[in-house]
Amino acid sequence: MNAPAAFPESKMPLLLGVLFAIGLVAPYAVYPTFLMKILCYALFACAFNLLLGFVGLLSFGHAAFLGTAGYVCGMVVRDIGLTPELGILAGTVAAGLLGWLFGWLAIKRTGIYFAMITLALAQMVFFLCVQIKETGGEDGLQGVPRGHLLGVIDLSDNIAMYYLVYAIFCCGFFVIYRTIHSPFGQILKAIRENEPRAISLGYDVTKFKLIAFTISAALAGTAGATKTLVFQLASLTDVHWHASGEVVLMTLLGGLGTILGPIVGAATIVSLQTQLADSVGSWVTVIMGVIFVLCVLAFRRGMVGELQSLIKRSGVN
Amino acid sequence: MEIFGIPTALLGSQLLVGLINGSFYAILSLGLAIIFGLLNIINFCHGAQYMMGAFVAWIALTRFGINYWVALIAAPLIVGAVGVVIERLMLRRLYKLDHLYGLLLTFGLALIIEGVFRDQYGISGESYDVPELLSGGINLGFMFLPIYRAWIIVASLTVCFGTWYMIERTKLGAYLRAGTENSQMVQALGINVPLLITFTYGYGVALAAFAGVLAAPVFQVNPLMGSNLIIVVFAVVVIGGMGSIMGSILTGLGLGLIEGLTKVFYPEASSVIVFVIMVIVLLVRPAGLFGKT
Repeated sequence: MNAPAAFPESKMPLLLGVLFAIGLVAPYAVYPTFLMKILCYALFACAFNLLLGFVGLLSFGHAAFLGTAGYVCGMVVRDIGLTPELGILAGTVAAGLLGWLFGWLAIKRTGIYFAMITLALAQMVFFLCVQIKETGGEDGLQGVPRGHLLGVIDLSDNIAMYYLVYAIFCCGFFVIYRTIHSPFGQILKAIRENEPRAISLGYDVTKFKLIAFTISAALAGTAGATKTLVFQLASLTDVHWHASGEVVLMTLLGGLGTILGPIVGAATIVSLQTQLADSVGSWVTVIMGVIFVLCVLAFRRGMVGELQSLIKRSGVN
Repeated sequence: MEIFGIPTALLGSQLLVGLINGSFYAILSLGLAIIFGLLNIINFCHGAQYMMGAFVAWIALTRFGINYWVALIAAPLIVGAVGVVIERLMLRRLYKLDHLYGLLLTFGLALIIEGVFRDQYGISGESYDVPELLSGGINLGFMFLPIYRAWIIVASLTVCFGTWYMIERTKLGAYLRAGTENSQMVQALGINVPLLITFTYGYGVALAAFAGVLAAPVFQVNPLMGSNLIIVVFAVVVIGGMGSIMGSILTGLGLGLIEGLTKVFYPEASSVIVFVIMVIVLLVRPAGLFGKT
């Protein structure tokens, strides 16, 4: 995929600081559950973008990690009765392991085959979730308790829950930010730009791709596990291929390969879906499809990407 | 009569269902392979176009009283024409970009098509009667063979092998194969490659619609009938590799049969068996059974 326009690096800490402050006060202005939903999807999209935007691998099966982690977290918290942070940890580890396995299989092929393999593997997970008794089939896992964080802080309070979700999101975002800005991240970008050259420079490309895939899957799992706690529900929707498509759309709309793009994309799509669900009903899918088509045909840099190139052109550096 | 403790009637009927599913896998993966060969695009809306084929036939029958046989020809032509429009207006702009954009665009189109049909017709599904000429069945002694099911296999195999013959044995097919190898060279030799590409996409889409019409009387005509099928077909394509036309046909039929057998011997695994085979093939022969690289 195309290299994104470089954002003035010197301004980045300032911008991130402002955004961080906005996130801190946001629950007093906007409905917290809505914000938590955005944060979960934003982390999901950021994790996905690490793979597509920075390694150039299009995974069409990320729903498997989101959904599996959701189920694992739900079982750990509801059925075993452990604390929420252990549930999220368990979900993350489960998704990471699954991601390692899927990555190991899918990386054997590149390009379009990679996308089809990840989609097929995720569909297998979907069918398993439909059949296995423990996932509750069509009903999913209902009534997952939010519980007490570390056994102390009561998470049934929406504001407390929000700050937990926000902290998790910031940690996840920091992991991704550090990954991208490390020597490891530079090699990932080199693989994206020119894989044969990276190989000829002596890098074990397969290993790098696999590590990136595992990190991405694990963080997608963190998002899924957190989402289960927020909505107290793990369901088939999160394992369905529609969820895989949604995260592609969020990333594409926000801006592939940009740091903030997936967050903007996730916020936009979640807001749209919430707004439209009441007014247009089943046309939501159609509208998502139209946005997809428009993004691919005319808007490939995405919202943040367009903004960056606008800033660059006007010379505000 | 029993084989391995399974009544032959059950075994036979499941094998027949497997063979029918296999015929659909074969036609759909064949269409995907042809399109991928020349356009380098994975047509994600293949499933939606299959569903459109079924719906065009159903609408033609219920609204206009047009019978099955006319629909069998007309529906692929209509849906193929829609495909031509899609190629001319949208896909054409993406050929110079990364191939993944083609996948993303057709994914968006699949959402649009599916959403529109779901809004119009709901998700409960409509039924389409088997045409009179093909209704009823034959008793083969060990099992009962519905004529329409036999017809599906005959018709789809005829179309598959017809396509194979066209590509491997005719002049048009020679252009197409040459275009797949090196389209610039073919263009330099004075062949209208853009037209060839449009025709190829339209033909691939028409194949999907043809399969949709064949499927209408056996499965329910349902807006979601395509998306459930297409992901399995993707796995079929990964297993077979898209390098060979005959490979696509054989892989499709073979996997359908294996799926049918799984339903008899271990029904719990029947929905995932194709994916499991995909994993095994990836481990043993990553390029696919008929893949070149």
